[in-house]
Amino acid sequence: MQRLNSRGTLVRHALLGLGFVIAAALVIWTLDPFNPFLVYQLSSVTYIAIAAAGLTVLTGLNGQLSLGHGALMAIGAYTTALLLKAATDLNPAIVMAVAVVVTSVGSVIVGAAAARLRGPYLAGATLGLAVGLPGVAVRFSNVFGGDAGLNVPALSSPDALSTIPQEVWLAWVGLIPLAITFVLLANLLRTRYGRDFRAIREDEIASALHGIRVARTQVVAFVLSGACAGLAGSLMAYTSNIAAPGSFPLTLSLELLAAIVIGGLGTLPGAAWGALVIVFVPNWIGTMNDALHLPGPVRGQLPLALFGAVFVVAMLAFPHGIQGGIQRLLLWRKARRRSAASAEA
Amino acid sequence: MNYFFVLTLTGIAAGMIYSALALALVLIWRATRIVNFAQGALAMTTTYIALAAIQATENYWLGFVVALAAGLLLGAVAERTLVRWVEAGPPLNAVILTLGLLLILEAVVPMIWGAQIRSFPAPFSIAATQIGDRFIALSPFNIFTIAIVLVVMVAMLLLFRYTGLGLRMRASAFAPEIARLLGVRVGRLLTFGWGLATLTGALAGLLVAPTLLLYPSNMDAILVYGFTAAVLGGLDSPVGALVGGLGIGLALSYIGGYLGGDLEAIGALVILIGILMIRPQGIFVHSAERKA
Repeated sequence: MQRLNSRGTLVRHALLGLGFVIAAALVIWTLDPFNPFLVYQLSSVTYIAIAAAGLTVLTGLNGQLSLGHGALMAIGAYTTALLLKAATDLNPAIVMAVAVVVTSVGSVIVGAAAARLRGPYLAGATLGLAVGLPGVAVRFSNVFGGDAGLNVPALSSPDALSTIPQEVWLAWVGLIPLAITFVLLANLLRTRYGRDFRAIREDEIASALHGIRVARTQVVAFVLSGACAGLAGSLMAYTSNIAAPGSFPLTLSLELLAAIVIGGLGTLPGAAWGALVIVFVPNWIGTMNDALHLPGPVRGQLPLALFGAVFVVAMLAFPHGIQGGIQRLLLWRKARRRSAASAEA
Repeated sequence: MNYFFVLTLTGIAAGMIYSALALALVLIWRATRIVNFAQGALAMTTTYIALAAIQATENYWLGFVVALAAGLLLGAVAERTLVRWVEAGPPLNAVILTLGLLLILEAVVPMIWGAQIRSFPAPFSIAATQIGDRFIALSPFNIFTIAIVLVVMVAMLLLFRYTGLGLRMRASAFAPEIARLLGVRVGRLLTFGWGLATLTGALAGLLVAPTLLLYPSNMDAILVYGFTAAVLGGLDSPVGALVGGLGIGLALSYIGGYLGGDLEAIGALVILIGILMIRPQGIFVHSAERKA
């Protein structure tokens, strides 16, 4: 019965994912003639959403804070660039799979340390990763191309579909790893591992008493999350056609964190909403500026200041954590609906 | 061998700066059990304020004092208006709050002063000292750096050890409930402690800027070095912060000198992970403190 149920969940998630891909592909196809730039931005949303989904599993569900996911994305992006430098015509699916594997190996190294680190220590170590890793690309410039980075050849549609515009094809290609990531993560969270992640977040000692291997499970969560970042980085390299140290500043890692805080820590749909906000808010501020006439430096920095303010406001408004705030909000709504129903009766 | 000597001297000078930032982190950790990830950004902000003051008055020392005063004020305001409300909550919330402060500062500062890289004056020459016909790798500014950080550390030591204020601060960090029962204004002292820590960080910002230049993210790497130094020293011990800072300064100087300057930050990460794997409690703390 248990097995049947979990298979049912997988099928349901897979169908949902498939439906999403078809619907989103159609939306993109319809939007493109009106606003090709919007479609290009949607392909940025795909990779930010993948990375944010990985981070929300780690931070929201497992309670480990990583400030280094931008750097893990860099590993995926550079793997992609180096692979395509060696073999230009390599299939993107193979490239992304290799990027995931390489980033996972990198995550094992950080994650093994992470299992012994708690709270601020893991945050500090991953902060070091975010600040330090771009320097490696600069130091070994003969391999990684230094500050200028490495070029990534544009992803062109197959000859049979050559009428499809470049940006539509990119967004379509991004949808597939996005759907796969969300389906697999959603499924995983309904298994023993998902429950273990949450149990450890709530109470490590109690989890250990229940036979959960805390350290090992934390490493698994970190590597899983890192694999998502690697996939996102690979897709980012395809989208921006470059892998350069300047694309992976500390603020990228903090933006990913902002995405999951905005969307609500620990929920996969939240990661997707957060990604939309992260990508489109800077653009809206640019558009709004036609009316507001902000000076250049203010306009450029406003999104980051806003994301920072979101962190602060979210933490001050929900002193028991975002998760607690949402739960209380849901309980309150449920109670209100119940009282409304009883009033009608 | 001579090169090694040069790296050692510059490593000590840089290490003193990391010690100052590490001390700022330690002061806050001791008092509130929060790692202040905005410490570097706060120091960057006070350094921009100092630059504005120096440009307005053409007096370095006035800017120096203004930066320290701004640090005291910024830290106190940050604690009283923001941090106070998350002090009792889950540690993750406090970390995210300080990260929010970091983002806000790194975004607001370029809004006011622009994002371009700026040079920052030094009160003494940053060129190597010449004695007779021999050059010593330590510049007069390096010597000033070592001296001023030592002065601040000694002042902190005297404050905490020999004054009533210091005793009350230690009491409110060590046992806030009991201190409160005995009539100590714990909240006020926490605010003052954040101010003091941010003042120390502001000093690090002033000392970094002449050689590493001033731009909105110029303290990011220094924050990592300071954090590593603080963890090396046990995160709870001011003396540990000094020794940790010196250790990190030397190690990074050798890494930068022999392997390439771009590897310093990742080198600090390797050291940090190494310490946490081998001796997570640091070298200067005896009790098992690392449970946050």
